[in-house]
Amino acid sequence: MTSVLQAQALGKRYGKRWALRECTIDIPAGHVVGLVGPNGAGKTTLLKLAGGQLEPTAGDITVLGGRPGGTPAQLARVGFVAQDTPVYAGLTVADHLRLGARLNPRWDDGMARERIAQLGLVPTHRAGKLSGGQRAQLALTLGLAKRPELLILDEPVASLDPLARREFLQGLTEATVAHDFNVVLSSHLVSDLERVCDFMIVLVDSRVQMAGEVDRLLATHHRLTGPRRDPDRLPADQHVISAHHTDRQSTFVVRADAPIHDPAWTVTRLSLEDLVLAYMDRQTAENRRVAPEAQR
Amino acid sequence: MIWLTWRQFRGSAMMTAAVLVILAVVLALTGPDIASRYSTGIAGCTLDDTCDRFFDRFFDEYQLPFVAVSFVVLALPALIGLFWGAPLITRELEAGTHLLVWNQSVTRGRWLAVKLGLIGLAAMAAAAASGLAVTWWSGPLDKSAVPDLALMAPLVFGARGIAPMGYAAFAFVLGVTVGMLVHRTLPAMALTLAVFAAVQFAMPLLVRPHLMPPVTGIFELNQENMGGIHVEEQGGPVQISTRPAVPGHAGSWVLLSDLLDPSGRRVAGSGEEAPVPVSVTSGPCSPREAGPQGLDACWVEINRLGYRQQATYHPLDRFWPFQWIETGIYALLALGLTWSSFWWIRRRLS
Repeated sequence: MTSVLQAQALGKRYGKRWALRECTIDIPAGHVVGLVGPNGAGKTTLLKLAGGQLEPTAGDITVLGGRPGGTPAQLARVGFVAQDTPVYAGLTVADHLRLGARLNPRWDDGMARERIAQLGLVPTHRAGKLSGGQRAQLALTLGLAKRPELLILDEPVASLDPLARREFLQGLTEATVAHDFNVVLSSHLVSDLERVCDFMIVLVDSRVQMAGEVDRLLATHHRLTGPRRDPDRLPADQHVISAHHTDRQSTFVVRADAPIHDPAWTVTRLSLEDLVLAYMDRQTAENRRVAPEAQR
Repeated sequence: MIWLTWRQFRGSAMMTAAVLVILAVVLALTGPDIASRYSTGIAGCTLDDTCDRFFDRFFDEYQLPFVAVSFVVLALPALIGLFWGAPLITRELEAGTHLLVWNQSVTRGRWLAVKLGLIGLAAMAAAAASGLAVTWWSGPLDKSAVPDLALMAPLVFGARGIAPMGYAAFAFVLGVTVGMLVHRTLPAMALTLAVFAAVQFAMPLLVRPHLMPPVTGIFELNQENMGGIHVEEQGGPVQISTRPAVPGHAGSWVLLSDLLDPSGRRVAGSGEEAPVPVSVTSGPCSPREAGPQGLDACWVEINRLGYRQQATYHPLDRFWPFQWIETGIYALLALGLTWSSFWWIRRRLS
C-alpha cells in the first residue's frame, strides 16, 4: 500500500516550544482519514507541515512522494482547507472562483460553478457577508475544484453549528464518492469524523496512539466487564488499552485479534468515540505517572 | 496572480490615482500663471536692479501652496509605506487568508514577487509623477525662495526631482518587510513610520552632505551673506554674524558659514555672533551717523577691515547628481529589503 503522507521523527519548534516533536506517522492512500486528538496535540502543525505552510525544524516529511510546498506542481497536488476556513471578505463568491481558476492549472470550473449553484450561494455576494457555514462551503469548493490528489482539512467544522457541520461533511462525502482522491481531516471531535472517515489516527502529544481502518479497529477492540481482576492476569494476546476498577468489578478496554471466549467477562462492542477516548485516556494516565517523578 | 493582485489592490490604487489626478489638475491650472508672472517680474526687476525685493514678494505670495505641495510629495512615500506596504502581508495573516492563497498552485515566492513587483512599480510611478510635476510647477518659486527653502535645502530637496521615487520604493518594501516580522497591521504601520522617518532624518543630516566632497571658499561680506549686525546705543562692541548663503552661488546648500577675522582666525560659526572692533560713536557704524542706507556702510567698513566669510557648501549644479545618487542609495536599500523579504517568506512565515 502506498502512502499519502509519511513523516519520520518530524518536529516543529516555535522559539523554545515544540509544537510537534518526534512524530512518526504513515498515512496510507485510498482513505478518508480522520486525524483526532486533544487540543495542542500537534494536529494543525502536522497538517501545515504536510501542506508546505511550515518548514520542519527536525525530521522528514513526504506527501504523495514529494517534498511539501516546494514547487507549483506539488502545490497543485495537495489541497488545503485551513482552520476556520478563511476567505477574502472583500471579494465576491465569483471572485473566489476566478482566483481558483487563475491560480490552479487543474481547476475544474464546471464543478465549482455547479457546487456554488447547488449550495445556493449568490456569485455576486461578498464572502464577508456569508454565514460561517456558507464560508466553509466556499472554502471547500475551492479545495475540491482544484482537483487535488490529497485534500487536507484542518478542523473545518470546528466553528460551525450542528446543521452546517452535517451539510459540510455531507458535501465532502459526496465529493469523495464522485471523484477519487485522498482526504485527511482533523478534528478534536470524534463524532464529526465518524460520519465521513474510514481510517482513524489518534494523535496525542505528537505521538500516534492508534492508527487503522475504522471497521478493523472496531472489530478488534472490546470492552470487558466482570469480577475484579488484575490486568496482568489477562491472556497475552489481549493488550490492555485502559482499565477501571471498582471494589468488585473491573472494566478493561482491550485490543485482541482473536475472539474473546472467557465466560467470566461480559464483552461489548465499543463505539468509535469510546475507543478514541480510551487511547487518549491511556496517554494522559501515563503522563500522570511520569509527573511525580519529574517533580522530585 | 496578476489578476488577484490587481483585484485586491485596485481600491487603494484608484483612490491614490484620484488624489494624484486632482493634484495634477491643480498644478497644471496654476503652473503656467506662476511661470508667466515670474518672467514678467524678472523682466521688470532687472531694469532697476530690484530683483531681491521681487523675489521676496513673489515667494511670499505663494509660500503656502509651495509648502503644501512640497509636503504632499514628502508625505506620499510614507503613506505608501503605511497603507500599501505594511498591510500587504499582515492583512492576509490577520484574516488567515494566507493559508488560502498560499495553498493554490502558486509558490509563495511567486506570490510575493508579483505583489512586490506590481504594487512597487505603482508606488514608484505615483511618487515619480508627483515629484516631477511639483518640480515643474515650483520651478519659478524655487528660483526665488529664501535660502532655507531653496532647491538644495534638506526639506525641499526630498520633494523634488526623482528622489521621491526612491523613497517610495524603499518605504513600500520597508512596510512589507516590517509587516512580515510584526504580523499585525497597526504595530507594523507604526514601526514602518518610525523607521522611515528615522531614515528620512538621518539621510540629510548624516549622509547627504558627504555624497560628494563639499566646496570650501572664502568670501567677502556683502548683501548676500551678511547676517545680523548688533549695535548698542550706549557703546560696547558691534556684534555681527553671517548668513548661510554664498555670494555668486545662489541656491547653494551651505553646510558651514564661519566668520574669519582679518588674521584668518575663525571667530564665529554658523549663526553665531562675534564682536568686531569698530567705533560706534563715530564713523560708518555709529547709529547716529547711519544714513538712509542704514548700516550698509558699516558692512563695507567691516569688510574693509578684513573680516571674511568661510563657507562650506554644495553648489546648486549638484542638484541632479545628488538626486541620482540618493535615488540609487534608496533603490539599493529597497533591493536589500526585497531580498530579505523573499528569504523570510520562504523560511519563517507560516
